[in-house]
Amino acid sequence: MHFGPHLLLAALEGLVTSAVLALTALGLSLVFGVMRVVNVAHGEFFMLGAVLAWAISTAISGHPALGFLAALVIAPLIVGAIALVAERLVLRRLNYNPEATIVATIGMLYIIQQLALTFYGPEARPVEPPFSYRILLPWFGYSGYKLSIIAASALLLIATWLVLTRTKIGLIMRATQYDSETAQAFGIPVDRVYGGVFALGAMLAAVAAVLIVPISQAHYLMGQDPLLLSFIVVIIGGLGSLRGTVVAAVLIGLSDGIISMFFSPTLAKIVATLLVAMVLVFRPQGLFGTASR
Amino acid sequence: MSEASPAKAYALHLGVIALLFLLSFVLPEYYHGLLARIMVLAVFAMGYNMLFGYVGLLSLGHAMFFGAGLYGAGLAVIQLGWGVPLAFLGGIACGAVLALVIGLLALRTTGVAFMIVTMMFAQVFYLVILYFSSWTGGDQGMVVPQPARVLTFGATALDLTNPTVRYMTALALFSIVLLITLGIVRSRHGRVLIAIRENEERTKMLGYDTFSNKLAAVVVSGTICAASGAAYALLFGYVGSSFASVQYSILPLLWVLLGGAATTLGPLIGTVFMYYVIDVTSGYTSAYLLIVGIALILLVLFFPKGILGSIRQRWLGWLP
Repeated sequence: MHFGPHLLLAALEGLVTSAVLALTALGLSLVFGVMRVVNVAHGEFFMLGAVLAWAISTAISGHPALGFLAALVIAPLIVGAIALVAERLVLRRLNYNPEATIVATIGMLYIIQQLALTFYGPEARPVEPPFSYRILLPWFGYSGYKLSIIAASALLLIATWLVLTRTKIGLIMRATQYDSETAQAFGIPVDRVYGGVFALGAMLAAVAAVLIVPISQAHYLMGQDPLLLSFIVVIIGGLGSLRGTVVAAVLIGLSDGIISMFFSPTLAKIVATLLVAMVLVFRPQGLFGTASR
Repeated sequence: MSEASPAKAYALHLGVIALLFLLSFVLPEYYHGLLARIMVLAVFAMGYNMLFGYVGLLSLGHAMFFGAGLYGAGLAVIQLGWGVPLAFLGGIACGAVLALVIGLLALRTTGVAFMIVTMMFAQVFYLVILYFSSWTGGDQGMVVPQPARVLTFGATALDLTNPTVRYMTALALFSIVLLITLGIVRSRHGRVLIAIRENEERTKMLGYDTFSNKLAAVVVSGTICAASGAAYALLFGYVGSSFASVQYSILPLLWVLLGGAATTLGPLIGTVFMYYVIDVTSGYTSAYLLIVGIALILLVLFFPKGILGSIRQRWLGWLP
């Protein structure tokens, strides 16, 4: 292959990464934006989504699309329920104190990871894609399923954006994010909003995981990389800024795909992590964020 | 905090050191080796406590300072053929320099951003170790050969692989660091650090240079952690990248929270307790990370002050 098609392939792979990353990071960003909680267990909710997708799709016989669609609906609901319970039992009792919640979510990370290892095992297991249509480009064939991930992610992002900006639920969430005390004074059930947002954040991660699992396999340690990448995306996009998060996800996903195709993936990670740390040190509001509060 | 009774505090600390010395002669072999390891790791926890307990800065990247000491000393012995004392000092120097650079950068941020920035710098450090695997052995790690771990003073040779020598060396390091932290905490500088933790704006308003005090704390904390790492490499002979991973940034936090943040003896108690719990539970299950996770959540929910912190609050107000 020549350089051009090679670059196109890298860009396509990068876009798939971006699509999944944008959903995962949006979950992290919502939780941070509204609740001011840094959820270190976010990657584990991602992993849970993938593992549950495997369990559900193997339990349902028949056409693979059937199992996959069931997983796409059921897995996020289960993960959301688990997140809601964790929020009620732990985070609420800590009054959302930033430092205590970080320690508590680190605890959740270990618990979820260990339970996945105990009940699911150390193997990486594949999930069959719902369809296996290949799109033939002049230079190479490309998986139609991968392209559908990009489309599905774009649809979900637009839906989330519409909910946030055009509905009453979105208005309530934004009011809570802007000033939770005043929101409370105006009769908004801030406490329940927090519970809902935490569950929603976890569900977004789970959906992203179900989408990616047919091409990357479910494994109990798979939450580590998305967690770090999501942090990077959320920071570059500006903590708590939705539009910035999406732009940054595309930027990071594309550059990750292209850099790791032409250079060592470890070097790519070193450079990206260092750059992001520097962004946080010298421009804490992010590249696209508004002034910090 | 403890103005009234300096003598009592020093007596208690010397008593703990004496107790650890006596334990060396009565403990069975397995626990003897374990306690030596715990003392070295307790030094790591004490270094962490300097920053987290007294200044209130929660770092999620202290594994890089431990790693700097570990690799600084380990590489000096293995790749450069340095002797034990020089390698130990080299490891500490690596940690001090790293802490200075990280401090200058990370202290520009506060709160949540500080935690994430320290975590990211630690991740970079970890990845750099993996990237230069031809030097560092990557995730396989390296073994420090036994002949290189002998300390010679003129005619006498101290073999650091000998259990008794190892225990006493660990105890010596632990005692020195314990007394240093006690001294710092009781000093003027220590009281400024506590004032920063309680109210940074007010401390600044009273005319203290909070940035340089915090920077000093980061450097001292990083140096102590590096000393622990360097000692670990030389005493136990293994240098591996897992010691620089996120998990080793979180463990000292756990030990300090468990024992009691901002208490001088808390790190030791937390480390001993955690090892004891893991030792007991590993008889029933291999899922020790589950225990760590549950312990962290229960701690922040019910005992945010830790074991010694709760004791100080209820009964012994004079504990440093």
